Amino acid sequence: MKIAITSTGKEITDLLEKKFGRAEFFIIADTENSEYKVIDNKAAMEAGGAGIQAGQTIIEEKATALITGNVGPNAMKVLTSGNIAIYRGESVSVEANISLFKQKKLQQINTAVASHFGMK
Amino acid sequence: MKIAVLSGKGGTGKTTVSASLAYSLHNSQYVDCDVEEPNGNIFLKASLTEKEAVMVLNPVVNDDLCTGCGACQQACQFNAIAVINKKVMIFDNICHSCGACKIACPTGAISEVPREVGIIESNSSHTFMHGKLNLNEPLTIPVILQLRKKMNKYNHVIIDSAPGASCTVVSTIEDCDYCVLVTEPTPFGLHDLKIAIDLVKQLKLPFGVVVNKAMDSDTSIQVFCKEQNIDVLMELPYSKEIAKNYSKGILPVQYSNHYKDEFIKLLATIKERTS
Ligand code: SF4
Ligand code: SF4
Repeated sequence: MKIAITSTGKEITDLLEKKFGRAEFFIIADTENSEYKVIDNKAAMEAGGAGIQAGQTIIEEKATALITGNVGPNAMKVLTSGNIAIYRGESVSVEANISLFKQKKLQQINTAVASHFGMK
Repeated sequence: MKIAVLSGKGGTGKTTVSASLAYSLHNSQYVDCDVEEPNGNIFLKASLTEKEAVMVLNPVVNDDLCTGCGACQQACQFNAIAVINKKVMIFDNICHSCGACKIACPTGAISEVPREVGIIESNSSHTFMHGKLNLNEPLTIPVILQLRKKMNKYNHVIIDSAPGASCTVVSTIEDCDYCVLVTEPTPFGLHDLKIAIDLVKQLKLPFGVVVNKAMDSDTSIQVFCKEQNIDVLMELPYSKEIAKNYSKGILPVQYSNHYKDEFIKLLATIKERTS
């Protein structure tokens, strides 16, 4: 499966980024093999709504889980609607978070899977 | 003449100064634009007989007409729209009601519905007015703009601005004739004053400083202003009497002609500086 991790740098040895919407990088890793790619978070510099756009980026990348620090309410809605399971990462490297995730040691912070969209 | 009273941080006596000034002047209007925490009426005790809702328009999507094309999301420069699996989500709490999404939608799926974000309350003569943001509403600007439309009926409009240097403050003070910056001689007072000075300088507004709780043992504010060539318009002394009455919702000008005269003088000083 494909998972996304917010990162402070471009390497999997870099530290996990605690902020979601304003994280500079997302690392998209494949848990089946050890392949990964880095994407720039275009929303990081936005004045508002960064979490909403960042959430869409994660969905477009076809990740099914996200490891990060804090997710705001708007981003939470987007990610949950996109069936993304969100896990609270530890203050260690991206790589170490991936292995914690594989060992099921990270805590899930949303109850995905909302099948219903609609905001009002 | 429109005079805005502001400060870099809250709790420096901004309301004391603005409400006292409005109270001391004839033919004046007090407008509380600190819409997240309006507290001028604790002191001015106006009877708020008039109420007016502040409405904004938010887009809603008709799912039957929506194709999920994403044009609305691309048109929204405020990132208030997400399109996920061809379903549109609109985030009212960051929507700026610009209408761009409605124009961009090729199928006419978007319509706009009014939503109340706050309220304006005033007395019958409109000498007192305040705006109040509804709970959990982040967008203050619509309330400020509606208040601004109702100003100017009186000779002197005294505006109690929100503290800080946010866009709320900018939209409150941008068309004012003069800004009064209120500060206190505390360790952070000077730092906070500099925030307010930077803002009014950027907006190229004429301004002066009022030192609240002034005391002889700390003249750091006065020294700084002198160095920077900034007008100190008035000093309100540190006084147990003022503090005691303040806690009971009484302004110094409401029991002392001396302070009333001081505030009338403050206006005269401002007029002198702007003429
Ligand atoms: S009205 Fe403007 S700000 Fe609101 S969702 Fe539409 S495009 Fe975005
Ligand atoms: S532009 Fe119109 S049709 Fe396209 S996704 Fe938005 S609401 Fe739907």
